[in-house]
Parts: sequence; structure tokens; C-alpha cells
Amino acid sequence: MIGVEHYVVVSSILFVLGVLGIFLNRKNVIVILMAIELILLAVNINLVAFSAFLHDLTGQIFAMFVLTVAAGEAAVGLAILVIYFRGRGTIAVDDVNRMKG
Amino acid sequence: MIHVIAFYLFAVMTIASGAITILSRNPVHSVLWLILAFFNAAGLMVLVGAEFIAMLLVIVYVGAVAVLFLFVVMMLDIDFAELRAGFVRYFPFGALVAIVLLAEIVLGIGAYRAGALKLGTPDGAAMTPAGASNIEAIGGLLYSRYLFLFEAAGIILLVAMIGAIVLTHRQRGDTRGQKISKQNARRPDEATFNVKPEVGQGVQL
Repeated sequence: MIGVEHYVVVSSILFVLGVLGIFLNRKNVIVILMAIELILLAVNINLVAFSAFLHDLTGQIFAMFVLTVAAGEAAVGLAILVIYFRGRGTIAVDDVNRMKG
Repeated sequence: MIHVIAFYLFAVMTIASGAITILSRNPVHSVLWLILAFFNAAGLMVLVGAEFIAMLLVIVYVGAVAVLFLFVVMMLDIDFAELRAGFVRYFPFGALVAIVLLAEIVLGIGAYRAGALKLGTPDGAAMTPAGASNIEAIGGLLYSRYLFLFEAAGIILLVAMIGAIVLTHRQRGDTRGQKISKQNARRPDEATFNVKPEVGQGVQL
């Protein structure tokens, strides 16, 4: 029978994959943003699994708020990416410290 | 039985597509694998009876966020081969951090399974009422107990939307925008006039 541990293992593997993705694609901001989305997805799976197995809906409500924050973060992050590319012609994050204004 | 098979199918697919997302050479492929990961995660959530969050995941993530990613990846003309440099150099350290993190989490789960840790019991305030569907229960909770948090989430989305528009909007020199004050200041007597041209003379414009 599938217990809450199975879900926690799946979500922790997904979380670790997200962290690994940030390390591996250190120059490519788009893939870093996707890795952050993977991390948030892992958090959501965790919240929903515990909410379902404890018969308490609070976890699902909070998963919805995580979803909201993830959507806002993606929108603003990609907007910053677009203006960064417009001014620089590349999206390499190595010289982001020159970003001013 | 079908429940177990479905769980393992969705779990393996989620993890595999997550791995291909971060390892893929082409970011367009990355986005598409990310979409597959979201779909399978939604399947996992359906299995435990959280249909509303699962459908929200498909609609919000696949319908909005992933398509936004796809749009930006395809709109920007980026040399991805150059960004790929350093992949091999960062791999050992990244793998080390990942393995340490995974070991810690698995250790935590093992401790929980061994019975050393006790999960708190919910107070019952957020239980699904008898006979109510998942979406009905969530709606009831969202509009009563978590109303202010719900409104705050709406404000976060509004701020994110305005922020994205303000960041990416630019004034271009070669476009002709609408000048509302000039339009409002225009009067009929200075815009039109009557003439009585002679036949065969033509009119002065």
C-alpha cells in the first residue's frame, strides 16, 4: 500500500533534482528558473501528500498559495530576463553584478 | 493494485522528466519535459484525492507558466551552446551537494518510519465535511478561514502583473501613440470649413 513515505521520497528526489539543476546550469538563467519551479513542485507534492494522509485540508490551501507565488515569481523573473537580454544580448549570469538601475 | 501501479508510473515519470529537464541541451526541450513533469505530478495528486490542486497545477503551470517559459525561450535569440560551458566543471560539486541533501532527507524519512518522530494530529478545523467533495471543502475553507490570505494572494498576483508590464514596457521612438489632450482640444470650427467653388476652378485644400 502506498503511504505518505512514498510521496515524501518522490518529492525529496524532485527537490534534489531542482537543486542539482541550479548547480549544473549556472550560466543559463532560464534553466535555473525551471529548476526553481521543480523545487516548488516538490514542495507542493509534499504539502498535498501530508494534507491528504492527515485528512486536513490546510496543506492543500497552502499548496495553492505556493502556486500563486510561483506564478508571480516566474512572471517577474522572465520580465527581468527579457530586459536583461535586451540590454546585453546574452543571458549569461556571470556578469549580472553589472546590472544597475 | 491499480493504485500502486499508477503511483509508481506517475512517480517514475515525474522524476525522469525532472531529470531530463535539468540535463537537456536545448531549453525548449527542457520546457516540454517540465510540462510532462507537471502533468505527472498532477496525476500523483489525483491519486490521493486532491483533485482541485491537481487541476490547478495543470491549468496554472502548464497553461500559463510553462507557456510563458516557452514564449521567452523562443523569443530570445540565445546561443545556448556557449551557456553550456562549465557543465562538466560544476558537475562533481553539484552532484556532491545533491547526494548529501538526498541522504539527509532520506535519513529524516527513515527516522520517521522507525517511529522516533510523531506527526502532530490535526485539530479537525480543516477537515473535509462528510459528503463534501474536495473542491467544495477547499472553497468553503478558502472563503472563510483563509479569506485574508486569499486576498493577499490576489494582491501578489496583481503586483507581479504590474511589475512585469512596467519592467518590459518601453517607449519606442518610431511609433505614433494617441495624444488624447490634442484630440479633446480639437473643435469643429477649426477642423472643417465651407467653400463655394466655381465650376471648373477646382478647390483649394
